[in-house]
Amino acid sequence: MFYREAGDYKKTYAEDTQTFPIKLDRMGYYAILAIALIVIPIMLANDVGGGANYWANAILLPFLIWAIASIGLNVLVGYCGQLSLGSGGFMAVGAYASYKLMTSFPDLNIVFVVILSGIVTALVGIMFGLPSLRIKGFYLAVATLAAQFFLVWMFNKVPWFYNYSASGQISSPTRTVFGFEVTGATATPEAKYLFCLALLIALAWVARNLTRGRIGRSWMAIRDMDIAAEIIGVAPLRTKLSAFGVSSFFVGIAGALFFSVYLGAVEVGEAFGIQKSFLLLFMIIIGGLGSIFGSIIGAAFMVLMPVLLKNIMVGQLGWATDIAAHFEFVIVGALIIIFLILEPHGLAQLWRLLKEKLRLWPFPH
Amino acid sequence: MKLTKLAAIAVAAVTAATPVLAELVFPSLSYRTGAYASGGIPFADGYADYFTLLNERDGGIGGVMTSVPECETGYSTEKGVECYEATKGGSPLVYQPLSTGITYQLIPKVTADGIPMHTMGYGRTSAANGNIFSNVFNYPANYWNGASLAINHILDLNGGDISGKSVALVYHNSAYGKEPIRTLEELSTKHGFDLSLLPIDHPGQEQKSQWLQIRRDRPDYVLMWGWGVMNQVAIQEAANIRFPMENFIGIWWSGSENDVVPAGDAANGYKALTFHNVGSDFPVYDDIQKYVVDTGKAAGAGDQIGTVVYNRGLYAAMLAAEAARTAQEIHGTPDITAAMMRDGMEALEITEERMVELGMPNFGPSFKVSCENHGGPGLGAVAQWDAAAGTWSLISDFGPSDMDVIQPLIDADSAAYAAENNIEERCN
Repeated sequence: MFYREAGDYKKTYAEDTQTFPIKLDRMGYYAILAIALIVIPIMLANDVGGGANYWANAILLPFLIWAIASIGLNVLVGYCGQLSLGSGGFMAVGAYASYKLMTSFPDLNIVFVVILSGIVTALVGIMFGLPSLRIKGFYLAVATLAAQFFLVWMFNKVPWFYNYSASGQISSPTRTVFGFEVTGATATPEAKYLFCLALLIALAWVARNLTRGRIGRSWMAIRDMDIAAEIIGVAPLRTKLSAFGVSSFFVGIAGALFFSVYLGAVEVGEAFGIQKSFLLLFMIIIGGLGSIFGSIIGAAFMVLMPVLLKNIMVGQLGWATDIAAHFEFVIVGALIIIFLILEPHGLAQLWRLLKEKLRLWPFPH
Repeated sequence: MKLTKLAAIAVAAVTAATPVLAELVFPSLSYRTGAYASGGIPFADGYADYFTLLNERDGGIGGVMTSVPECETGYSTEKGVECYEATKGGSPLVYQPLSTGITYQLIPKVTADGIPMHTMGYGRTSAANGNIFSNVFNYPANYWNGASLAINHILDLNGGDISGKSVALVYHNSAYGKEPIRTLEELSTKHGFDLSLLPIDHPGQEQKSQWLQIRRDRPDYVLMWGWGVMNQVAIQEAANIRFPMENFIGIWWSGSENDVVPAGDAANGYKALTFHNVGSDFPVYDDIQKYVVDTGKAAGAGDQIGTVVYNRGLYAAMLAAEAARTAQEIHGTPDITAAMMRDGMEALEITEERMVELGMPNFGPSFKVSCENHGGPGLGAVAQWDAAAGTWSLISDFGPSDMDVIQPLIDADSAAYAAENNIEERCN
């Protein structure tokens, strides 16, 4: 009734192939962008309702950064079908690359630092993607698991990466964008938020356009049947390695932001351990493989759900913190299982079905 | 979007429900879950119980009631940040994260927000230099003191000469475990012993290969920088290879009942450092029994009272309360702010008379904090486990550590931090 494409005429090819062909969708997208880009920063800057720091540092920043990372992993796993468990290690590459760049070139703008860290990670990712040319599926997952452990071990073992500090911790110095501090302890929540948001929007746009173009189609061809793809002229070498490169680029940028903007100080084993690789994989499975929207909603689910549960159980119900923490594991775990049973294609598929229903509503036949 | 809205409602309700009564707030970033809970639970219990005692017995500090809001970190740095931001709004006086990783993260944040942080026997060692670290305190002792105290004990055992001896360090492969390495390297050149390093990755349940190496190399002494489940496993593994327990010395975080009990009789003779006294034979425990336990207000399950790490939580709370009292005296107001608390911590003086008044005679060293020295005297003793009696007992006095070696290291490391972050010396 409200949500339909009837009467929404397309006159050009570009209009027909746009990301949101239905007008209501498009309006919704612009509304969300407006809220994210204008309303939330203003609320953060004026500290509406108190706790702007809490909102930015505990909820919004991790959500934005994990969303970037999960788009990256979705390119590899969801679009190209190459299972990877090395994402924690690749995030560590991004983080340490940004640390080395920040400390070696203090005058380099943080934007370039982040992008260069992404490029470094892309190169490392391509290197670890080489085995994918020979092995597939679970065996590839094991090979990328080796990347995870090797990279973490390396950043712990080689003191050059942490500038020979006594503890092996790296901490990010203060850096600015257009005169606003975005890293370091004195950066305002709205500056950090906008910096990460801008990167997420830009990268999501890049990912969306990559995945629906020639490159994305070749990824999907390889995913769906690699032999058939090869026969119709898709080069497996270039396709798989480009997926590894693009995916690692995203994950590396997320790692750089995770270290420099969000946490400010990390040690590799704790911040980028194997559990981060699993978390990221859960995000895209829950969100929906092969969907940009799914990556974002999956990240939201995995980041916000524990915080929400904690606030309800400890803040509202006044439970003991340890009982709440244990229940949090139980509830999040149960929700993951329930979602996977009810909707194996993730939250994105739920959303797709909902839209299908809404198109016909209130006349289902 | 729906989830964000729900979260918004939840958070709004939380902030609205917080009472606005004047209270002295000592947030406890505790961890009662995860691989490190065996250390986190007793510390959090001791910390909370002491403030409960002050409220029940004395009506708070200087007539103002105290409160200890708890936030579960699970020893994870991300949750540590969340907890810090969540409790920051409630005018906290001092943070004690009980995690070196979280400490590193909070150092710039607390400095920017003007809130003091006390990292007693952990954290960034060079924060002892108050000239550079204005808001971070790590009195009465730090890791580098610990490293030196352990070597001093070995020196005592060998009549002052340990050249040619071999010492292995089994450490948690993190910022925490790596802290003592630099000091031990300096000490090994000074005293001429061989140092070998054996890292153990989080969480520390897998240590077979490291102990195999120890069995092969047969070092004369093994030092351990472990925490949580890693301690129990290490002591069990040491027992399995029949390593002589009296030559196995843990840092103060590797010496609680929870660490030695699982190994049973085999753990008899294991040694650990400590910077405060052990056992529950102090008058303050009678008060805790009377005002806290008997009234049903004990924190947690109430089964940790008198254990080593509980004592440490109690000691940390006592030092925080004394600093708050000092701050009240300096500023002449019972309702102190975090900035006043910082002044109180910097002017803190613990004397033996005061400890006796508090019902904790000979519980810890007497010391005085100053603008330059946030690290205290660095005194420590060695405690030994008696498996048959099930008790720790001190086998040495509280002795000094080798500040000739440690002070230059502190100066160098803090100078590096100051250069990285453009911090001026502030005490002149």
